[in-house]
Amino acid sequence: MLEAASPLLEVQDLHAFYGESHVLHGVGFSVFAGEVVTLLGRNGAGKTTTLRSIMGIVGKRRGLIRYRGRDLIGLASNRIARLGMGYVPEERGIFAALSVEENLLLPPRVAPGGLSIDAIHILFPNLKERRHSPGTRLSGGEQQMLAIARILRTGAGFILLDEPTEGLAPVIIQQIGRAVRELKRTGLTLLLVEQNFHWAASIADRHYVMEDGRVVDCFSNDDLDANREKLHRYLGV
Amino acid sequence: MMSLLGISSQALFGQLLLGLINGSFYALLSLGLAVIFGMLNVINFAHGAQYMMGAFVAYLLLQFAGIGYWPALVLVPVIIGGFGIVLERTMLCRLYRLDPLYGLLLTFGIAMIIEGLFRYGYGVSGRPYPIPAALQGGYNLGFMFLPVYRAWVVVASLLLCLSTWFAIERTRLGAMLRAATENPVLVQAFGINVPLLVTATYGFGVALAGVAGLLAAPILQVNPLMGSNLIIIVFAVVVIGGMGSILGSILTGFGLGILEGLTKVFYPPASNVVIFVVMVGVLLVKPAGLFGREK
Ligand SMILES: Nc1ncnc2c1ncn2[C@@H]1O[C@H](COP(=O)(O)OP(=O)(O)O)[C@@H](O)[C@H]1O
Ligand SMILES: [Mg+2]
Repeated sequence: MLEAASPLLEVQDLHAFYGESHVLHGVGFSVFAGEVVTLLGRNGAGKTTTLRSIMGIVGKRRGLIRYRGRDLIGLASNRIARLGMGYVPEERGIFAALSVEENLLLPPRVAPGGLSIDAIHILFPNLKERRHSPGTRLSGGEQQMLAIARILRTGAGFILLDEPTEGLAPVIIQQIGRAVRELKRTGLTLLLVEQNFHWAASIADRHYVMEDGRVVDCFSNDDLDANREKLHRYLGV
Repeated sequence: MMSLLGISSQALFGQLLLGLINGSFYALLSLGLAVIFGMLNVINFAHGAQYMMGAFVAYLLLQFAGIGYWPALVLVPVIIGGFGIVLERTMLCRLYRLDPLYGLLLTFGIAMIIEGLFRYGYGVSGRPYPIPAALQGGYNLGFMFLPVYRAWVVVASLLLCLSTWFAIERTRLGAMLRAATENPVLVQAFGINVPLLVTATYGFGVALAGVAGLLAAPILQVNPLMGSNLIIIVFAVVVIGGMGSILGSILTGFGLGILEGLTKVFYPPASNVVIFVVMVGVLLVKPAGLFGREK
């Protein structure tokens, strides 16, 4: 039983600040190995800040973030990455001064078992064709593929994925969906922030709902229909 | 003997060589400034003082330890680069969260202290540093006399500049540097130790200045003011080339050196100001510099 195991990632009473402004007010949730878990919530609820807190790139945070039994609060972000935490930021973070290939090879391998370049090119053929272009010449969809692909290469076992479908065409969203399901099959654990709830429901095992810097609800994907009313209220759709 | 517009080829090529040599120093120093600025967002005002220290360390190694030019070629960048690393770790690294002006003021102050100390210790008169035996003499090429050491300075500087360009634009380490220049937070979140990269970059830029000082020692005399004399022109070179580009600083450095040499031949009175005239022109037309990126 999953419940019997201890979670791969456990967040408790997490507070985060941008300068003086207090953005997260005691966020708590957990993710078990092999799960795909989403953080849902309206714009400004604190989803991105939660991912950034886990990755160690918000100015100030306190509370408990335990990953594989290690406390991440107080670790520098490069140390957190080396523990096998991979980050695909909302703004994608493709480097203009680097070619597509250099972007792909930039993050160092943090664990064995990452995808080979060939495997990545099979998953995202566009990246192969355009490997010598500057990274930011890619279309939005290709940049998203690149942002995901470069983390898959590192062997990170836990991936933080912030709004991967934001602003993309349906065909591209399907392609990214296929890739994510493929990864799930290989045993990767994903924490996914997503506005596109229908897409998220086709992938995720469990959902947490955030509001005003707190987690306010949680249910499994199987109980989705029973919770649809409530969810629409949370998300304002 | 050939002549052009009444100017002998000896004079023309002689000044051209001098221009190339000056250009070598402009290129090495502005390259270091550009590398440091890209990564640290600090205008390293101590660059001239670090160049002077390079020459002095070579001089002192020879005086007190009998260590000659060739070993100094390795030791000087290590010592000067190490000095830079200590500076970065103890002082500069505290300023990154503040306005870039603080870094400029700190390095300016450090330059004054270093130069003051060397003036106190060694006065302002120049001290000779011998050309290494293997690089003495010269060749008569017919149209000009080519001193071997000067040719070596140009070649060595070109090699250093091009290897630096290659390392930054074509290697994996260089890709990390370029990426960290663009978005250090994300690069660190990928598992790369960015603070270490920053320290190493400063050490490297400063080491380049040190090597330039060693290359200059046998040509100019070693003296505490050699850096502040040069750095004013180098900052003009940087303004002209723009801070944005590695290749840009190399090209601008050599190009302006040559321009200065040619001015000495064709209109000597303007040779001291020609770079500043170009600077004014470039600022009027393209304020970010020839190779700089407009914000
Ligand atoms: N860099 C920042 N500086 C100050 N406030 C910020 C910053 N980034 C986000 N915020 C604020 O923090 C809150 C949570 O933002 P965010 O985590 O980006 O929400 P979400 O990803 O759920 O849309 C918002 O009120 C937002 O305005
Ligand atoms: Mg967000």
